[in-house]
Amino acid sequence: MIEIGLGHYLTLGAVIFSIGVIGIFLNRKNIIVILMSIELILLAVNINLVAFSIYLGDLAGQVFTLFILTVAAAEAAIGLAIIVVYFRNSGTIRVEEIDKLKG
Amino acid sequence: MIAHAIFFYTFSIIAVVSAIMVTASKNTVHSVFFLILDFISISCLFIMIGAEFLGMIMLIVYVGAVAVLFLFVVMMLNVAQQKNQWFAGQATSKHIPVGLIISTLIFFEIIIVIGGWKYKPEIFDINNSLANTSVSNTHSLGQILYTDYIHVFQISGMILLVAMIGAIVLTFRQRSGVKKQSYIKQISRERIEGVEVLEVQSNKGVKIDD
Repeated sequence: MIEIGLGHYLTLGAVIFSIGVIGIFLNRKNIIVILMSIELILLAVNINLVAFSIYLGDLAGQVFTLFILTVAAAEAAIGLAIIVVYFRNSGTIRVEEIDKLKG
Repeated sequence: MIAHAIFFYTFSIIAVVSAIMVTASKNTVHSVFFLILDFISISCLFIMIGAEFLGMIMLIVYVGAVAVLFLFVVMMLNVAQQKNQWFAGQATSKHIPVGLIISTLIFFEIIIVIGGWKYKPEIFDINNSLANTSVSNTHSLGQILYTDYIHVFQISGMILLVAMIGAIVLTFRQRSGVKKQSYIKQISRERIEGVEVLEVQSNKGVKIDD
């Protein structure tokens, strides 16, 4: 317990990943919170990559974390733009009322 | 080593609790604030473990840009007061058990994978880690980022450019009834359209139609 190893970081990543998945599944009200849950999932992946990179002594994991950061920023910008456009057109971003595709 | 454990548990407990609060908070603005707290504690973990550059970049990119973008959109769309109660309400109650079961299944699958893993023997050798080299983390990251990964680096720049153009195009709106300068109209104006030479007769004047 006192000796912090790789398994501790991987467990933390697993916990945060699961919380993000729970947020996507259970949130039925506000679509912005779903985007934030996606950010949490990407954060968990980043934790795993950085922990492996440090404990294996290989810098490639940190480079890929940098690229994941880039993609996460692009995804947040595009997603929020889509939400803004949708809100302008339909006046709501509640998850229950977004049912135009009848999914 | 005891300090390492204390800091790890402090930051990770803060991170997990704030991640739970992101999904469970009733107010969306509070969710964004807890997201910021989550990012800050995770980047503290990164700095502590030895990835200083990534920790600082996470602070700049996530807390400085992404979370502020979220906050801006939440306040612009005025959804802060739409209550975010996913435990209440009739229509949501069907999804809660299935979602919880699937999420806990995913969690235990990951835990089983982590727990049953046979690690390499040198993986726990902290002398092997990158923190003890003489070159700083930022220096060594830059050395491989601009040599081995240069193409991927440039492609990520293209991704950011495409995302920027996409966000602008998506939210761009042509308003009617707003007077704007039209540069192409101004530049393509010829002398023959603007000036007319008339023969003015004495005591008659010129009729101007405009």
